[in-house]
Amino acid sequence: MSELTNLSLSDARAKLRNKDISAVELTKAHIDAMGQIEGLNAYILPTHEKALSMAADSDEKLAKGEGGILEGLPVGIKDLFCTKDVRTTASSKILGEFLPTYESTVTANMWADGAVMLGKLNCDEFAMGSSNETSFFGNVVNPWQRNGDEAALVPGGSSGGSSAAVAARACLAATATDTGGSIRQPAAFTGTVGLKPTYGRCSRWGVVAFASSLDQAGPITRSVRDAAIMLESMASYDVKDSTSVNVGVPAYEKALTGDIRGLKIGIPKEYKMDGMPEEIIKLWQQGIDWLKQAGAEIVDVSLPNTKLALPAYYIVAPAEASSNLARYDGVRYGIRVAGDNIDEQYANSRAEGFGAEVQRRILIGTYVLSAGYYDAYYVKAQKVRTLIKRDFDAVYRKVDLLLTPTTPSEAFGIGENINDPLSMYLNDIFTVTVNMAGLPGISIPAGISANGLPLGLQLIGQPFGEETLLKAADVMESAAEFTALPQLMAK
Amino acid sequence: MAIDQATVRKVANLARIRVTDEQVANLEGELNQILQFVEQLSEVDTDGVPPLTSAVEMTQPLRADIVNDGGYPEQIVKNAPASDDGFFLVPKVIE
Repeated sequence: MSELTNLSLSDARAKLRNKDISAVELTKAHIDAMGQIEGLNAYILPTHEKALSMAADSDEKLAKGEGGILEGLPVGIKDLFCTKDVRTTASSKILGEFLPTYESTVTANMWADGAVMLGKLNCDEFAMGSSNETSFFGNVVNPWQRNGDEAALVPGGSSGGSSAAVAARACLAATATDTGGSIRQPAAFTGTVGLKPTYGRCSRWGVVAFASSLDQAGPITRSVRDAAIMLESMASYDVKDSTSVNVGVPAYEKALTGDIRGLKIGIPKEYKMDGMPEEIIKLWQQGIDWLKQAGAEIVDVSLPNTKLALPAYYIVAPAEASSNLARYDGVRYGIRVAGDNIDEQYANSRAEGFGAEVQRRILIGTYVLSAGYYDAYYVKAQKVRTLIKRDFDAVYRKVDLLLTPTTPSEAFGIGENINDPLSMYLNDIFTVTVNMAGLPGISIPAGISANGLPLGLQLIGQPFGEETLLKAADVMESAAEFTALPQLMAK
Repeated sequence: MAIDQATVRKVANLARIRVTDEQVANLEGELNQILQFVEQLSEVDTDGVPPLTSAVEMTQPLRADIVNDGGYPEQIVKNAPASDDGFFLVPKVIE
């Protein structure tokens, strides 16, 4: 870890603007860092040449005192974002050597603002997973380890390459996506900040679709301020995404005033689950105390339909996935496996191209959407979703934000849960409600477990309430003083 | 609503995914485990509750009914495993 790669995005920005460092220098330091952490398998496609050429362009702009809000800052891109002429796979075999002829809106915004692309980051296949173990390119290793135990741990998922690369100082920030917790859970497992914006805040155009009514892009960073800077660039209204909402993008960083006096924070009692580790309950209480000390008012609230969110999610998400993934047919792009007729060609290509978890979810989704079951499963789940949303609507008449743990456990070992889909799904129990209701949520590193692993707390905001969310997260981050480094970095 | 191996095969055919006998046996167990988990929703009273159709309150945007994109077939077929003169090639579907 070099001095340059340990900088926060905002500090690096200040040094670039002051001409203390150059973008090329900063990019080279990150390229070196990427080489040192190859064993983590976080990057599945480094783009070093592109990075250096983008950095050189940034240096020209910076020299003239010009440049956008991310000018010269090296970032990693989850391989779910289509990048023009740069291989995009969603970590699936089925996309083969797919070269997009277009750029996702989110990444286009970032390049227009001057960001430098270091490479494409590993993730669970089509973002389906909580451990990054479903990737066709193999699992990602968490740079964190348990005290005195070298066992490899998962970095969370699906944005596991993003979380591992940010934690291991192999990029200043990374893009990620969150359908049921895929930004916040990996952030919690790696001691990083993960922000899932309101549904409709960032354009989904050019992002490989998983479950379209839930998918939302956001950043993983090492500070709340960095998340605010990244979101300001990533967010936009986009006519190419009909679910993009036409609301202006605020200067999120300006919201970080440090003043949360009078803010009302709800504590939902349903998130206190049986069997939850004592240290997570204690951390949650610690979070409550931090916010109280900063002048916020704590209010006990109830979200009675919380426990229904996960089962409803496992109908809605696979149903939408089965529909979205119908496009992978071996005809228009990706791999093709021949058959005696076109139906056999479809079935062979899809059997060969999709991994086990993706096949499982497509089959569940196809089943719940099939004739005779549509009302019993899909429509029922969408009605339950209304109940979940109404729960939030009701508490948001009384409070501004909600505070919960991000995950029910710390990072687990590679291979521990992969053969038990249901116990893997439980990782998302505290995060999935937020997607079901379309709300913004952020996970910040708040403490260290007895095993020496990071633990996260989650703040949940109101629709398009990212400014308040970031403001409170910033205050909590200051109180938490989380400075621990992954064992891999401390060596 | 438990599903049997015949249903697994039927669904796999609908989803156009080839499955082996061994996979069918495993999938029967895995899919039933997931269906059992989601079954708890059937006990929830949702009478008179409308299904959620959009997570965020918004009106469907409208645009002028004009062609505003296209005209680049070479880009559309660029990633195709087999194409000819701007067309996708597939096995013969009409006898």
